[in-house]
Amino acid sequence: MRLVIIDYGAGNIKSIQFAFKRLGVDAVLSNNIPEITTADKIIFPGVGEASSAMQMLKESGLDIIIPTLTQPVLGICLGMQLMCNSSEEGNTKGLGIFDVAIKKFSKRVKVPQMGWNDIYNLKSDLFKGIKEREFMYLVHSFYAENCKEAIATTDYEIEYASALQRDNFYGVQFHPEKSSKAGEQILKNFLEL
Amino acid sequence: MLTKRIIPCLDIKNGRTVKGVNFVNLIDAGDPIVLAKQYADLGADELVFLDIAATLENRGTTLDMVLKVAQQVNIPFTVGGGISSVAHVNALLKCGADKVSINSSAVKRPELINELSEKFGSQCVVVAIDAKQVDGEWLVHLAGGTIPTAINLFDWAKEVEQRGAGEILFTSMNHDGTKAGFANKALGKLATEVNIPIIASGGAGSVQHFIDTFVEGKSDAALAASVFHFGEIPIPDLKQALKNNNIPIRL
Repeated sequence: MRLVIIDYGAGNIKSIQFAFKRLGVDAVLSNNIPEITTADKIIFPGVGEASSAMQMLKESGLDIIIPTLTQPVLGICLGMQLMCNSSEEGNTKGLGIFDVAIKKFSKRVKVPQMGWNDIYNLKSDLFKGIKEREFMYLVHSFYAENCKEAIATTDYEIEYASALQRDNFYGVQFHPEKSSKAGEQILKNFLEL
Repeated sequence: MLTKRIIPCLDIKNGRTVKGVNFVNLIDAGDPIVLAKQYADLGADELVFLDIAATLENRGTTLDMVLKVAQQVNIPFTVGGGISSVAHVNALLKCGADKVSINSSAVKRPELINELSEKFGSQCVVVAIDAKQVDGEWLVHLAGGTIPTAINLFDWAKEVEQRGAGEILFTSMNHDGTKAGFANKALGKLATEVNIPIIASGGAGSVQHFIDTFVEGKSDAALAASVFHFGEIPIPDLKQALKNNNIPIRL
């Protein structure tokens, strides 16, 4: 199993690498396109601001490559958001893999949402062995609207899509690498897809 | 539903836990990694590591500890103590810290908050505020609460939010160490004045104090040290009691 974590300069990717290491898998950090396209499984991470992260993807040509990947790809947090059509954060276009827009939470709730919230309406093999209303750790100010591609939803101000799937592409708003044993199970499920 | 967080705080000196810790069956109570794993297994929602003797010389030791925690612990953690530069934060995040907490350095140079949130995102910038109520007014204090300033707590909280802090860790120096409950009046006022999460700190002594700070203080999270370290309040019991009191909690 060759697992690559796309390293395009966005965020704390060490935690993801360590989480896989705890599962006994050595993940390679890479921004090298041949290395990414030939991997068995790919993690697309991201923490930070959407428009500058998109800019970094464009500079490396990854914005063209990522939507063409055919192996399982898991976007985490901002990674998931960038896989969507667009984001209100910095008014940027996304990679257009998921047909949904990223919006900002209103001032009626504390922003960012920070902490453990539950996921429900679970619909994918990614959540094998995960019970409805399991808690996941989330830190985010923007969210994907609930949509046809949602494979999990979460309530914060509204019911939004906390995980998405289209074909080989998966995205989770929460941080499985920081979500205790249930999060580890999701990473394990991804490796077994 | 977003749940309230329970956060044990570990004081660190030269990469070792310093405050007495009294866990059953613990081989090395001074090993922050062993402790962190134990707290994660007990259901702690996050951890805070406070480097209480942070100096330039022992920075490497702390980074090494952060790396080991990130390798072995599967819940989020914050590192604080002596952080005053973008480069230092970069190094801590690179080692796997999820958030950093800044305190005196932000008061001395508030632009640091902007710099950190612009470079790394608000989500990893916690501003810790130590304040003491003096003649009715809540004043920000520096250097672990020893040096008073003329800055009003609520004005400062609004400023740090505006500058890009993702979270406030508020310690009441009047309550810290008393085990008589959190500063819920001030916390409740903070909750109405800023729109970022607030961690209550200082005064935890009983399960009821946690209930009170979540209900009256409207806190998003509660931090404590000795009641957890000495097993006075086991985290699983605390969380069950909170749930029984209809407080949203992760069990």
